[in-house]
Amino acid sequence: MSISRDDTLNWIKSCAAVLAENRDYLTQLDAAIGDADHGANMDRGFKAVMAKMPEMADKDIGTIFKTVGMTLLSTVGGAGGPLYGTFFLQAGMKSAGKMELSLEDWTIALEAALAGVVMRGKAELGDKTMVDALMPALNALKQSLQDHQPLGDALRASAQAAREGMIATVPLVARKGRASYLGERSAGHQDPGATSSYLILNAAAETWKNT
Amino acid sequence: MKKLINSPENVVREELEGVALAHPDLVRVHFDPNYVVRADAPVMGKVGVISGGGSGHEPMHGGFVGFGMLDAACPGAVFTSPTPDQMLEATKAVNGGKGVLHIVKNYTGDIMNFEMAAELAMAEGIQVESVITDDDVAVQDSLYTAGRRGVGSTVLAEKVCGAAAQEGRSLKEVADVCRKVKAWGRSMGMALTSCTVPHVGKPTFDLPEDEMEIGIGIHGEPGRTRMKIKSADEITEMLMEPIIKDLPYKAGDEVLLFVNSMGGTPPIELYIVYRKAHEIATKHGLKVVRNLIGPYITSLEMAGTSITLLKMDADLLKLWDAPVKTPGLRWGM
Repeated sequence: MSISRDDTLNWIKSCAAVLAENRDYLTQLDAAIGDADHGANMDRGFKAVMAKMPEMADKDIGTIFKTVGMTLLSTVGGAGGPLYGTFFLQAGMKSAGKMELSLEDWTIALEAALAGVVMRGKAELGDKTMVDALMPALNALKQSLQDHQPLGDALRASAQAAREGMIATVPLVARKGRASYLGERSAGHQDPGATSSYLILNAAAETWKNT
Repeated sequence: MKKLINSPENVVREELEGVALAHPDLVRVHFDPNYVVRADAPVMGKVGVISGGGSGHEPMHGGFVGFGMLDAACPGAVFTSPTPDQMLEATKAVNGGKGVLHIVKNYTGDIMNFEMAAELAMAEGIQVESVITDDDVAVQDSLYTAGRRGVGSTVLAEKVCGAAAQEGRSLKEVADVCRKVKAWGRSMGMALTSCTVPHVGKPTFDLPEDEMEIGIGIHGEPGRTRMKIKSADEITEMLMEPIIKDLPYKAGDEVLLFVNSMGGTPPIELYIVYRKAHEIATKHGLKVVRNLIGPYITSLEMAGTSITLLKMDADLLKLWDAPVKTPGLRWGM
C-alpha cells in the first residue's frame, strides 16, 4: 500500500498525456477569462518533462519531483510555471531520498506543495485559482489518513474533492491572476488553473488506484 | 488562421533569428534561454535595465534593446511570461557592477517569474531592483484583484530609465525614474478586432463586425465593456476622459501623449485619434509637450488603439530627449 518510484514516474507520464489530451480544453477555458495560453503552456512544460524521463528513471522520488519542478519552471512561463514549478519543488523537498511514499508521505508532500503555491501566488480559497482544487483535495487526504482509509480510496476521494472544488470555481468572481481583470464578468467560467490541478490529481488517483 | 509563419512552435525562435540578422550592430540574441541583449553588454559601471514579457507585443520589448534604452529583454512564448532562468541569465549578462533594474508589467505570471529571477540573481550577489508598471485605468485597482495591468507607460519607462542609466545614475536613481513614470502615467485601450495567438489558431474572442471592446488588454483579454462601434472622435473621448480623470491630470500639466496601435490599426487612423486626443488634452488645459505615435506595444494583429498620458517634468523631458538607438526607437544619434 504505497507509491513506488515507478508509480511516481507513471503518474508524471500520465500527467503529460492528460495535459496533452486536454490542451485545447484548458486553452478554451483560459481564452474565456484569461489569455488563452494555459493548455499550450502546460503541454509544453510536460513535454519537456517527458524528455527528462531517462535521467529520472533511477532517481529517488524527491529528485524526480525536483526535476519536474525545475523543468516546469524553465519551460512553462506565465503564472503556471512558477506555481506548478513551486508545487513540485516543494513536494520534492518533502520526498527527498524516498523510494516510496505512504499515504501519509503523499499527504505531507501535497501539503507542502500547496503551501508553496499559496506562498508564491498569494491566493486564498475562493479566489478562483488552483488553490480551489488543491485545498479540498488536501483536506480529503487528511481526512482519509485520519480514518485509516486504503491508499487507493484516499486518492479517489482526494481527486473527487479536487473535482468538486474545480466545479465550484464556476460561479466565483476571480480575485487573482489575469481573470481578476474581468471583475464580475469572470463569473460563470471554470478556472483553468483549478482544472489543470484537478487533472493532475485525478491522474494520480487513476495511476495509483491499484497500488 | 492566416499568418506569415512557418509553424506556430517556431514563431518566437524564427523572429529572434531575424532580429539577430537584422541588427547585429545594436543587439545580440542569445538562445536557450532566449534573451536579446545590447551588442556591447555588459556596459561596465552602468546600471543594467532589463524587461521582458510574452512575445506578440513587438517592438516591445526586444525592439527597445540598445543604446539609451534597455540592456536586455526576455521574450516569452506568445502572450506568456518568460521564465526565471531567462531573466537570471539576462540579468547576469547586463550586470556592469552597478546593479540591474527589472521593469515588470503587472501580470501575475510576469511578477512571479521576475520575482524568482530577482531572488536567484541576488543570491548570486547582483543587486536588483524591480518596479512594476500598472497604468491601465480600464482595470479597477483593488486589494481583491491582481491590480491594474501594465501597458503603454512601460514603453515610456523603458526609454527614460534607459537614458537615466546611460547618464550614469545609480540603481536607486534609475528605479526612482521608473517609479515616477509609474506614478504619472495612465493608459487605456480599445479593440476593433480580436487577435489570433499562433498556437491557438483561432481568434481569442469574437467581436461582431459592428462592435468594439473598450478597455481591452494587450493580450486580447476582454475589456471593460462591449458596445456598438462609434466614431474615432467618440472613441478617443471614451479613452481620454477616464485617463485624465484618474491621476487626475490638471490644467497646466505638461504631458507626453502616446497614441499606440494594437498592431492592425494603420498610422492614418492613429493620427485621427491623435488629433482628437490633443484637442481633449488642450481643452483640459494640458500642454502636450512630446508625443509618440505608432505601433510600439502591440497585441499581434489586433486592430485598435491605446492612449497613454505621462506627466512630464524637466528631468523626464531631458531623459526623453536623450539619444537612443534601438531597432524600435532611435533619435539624437
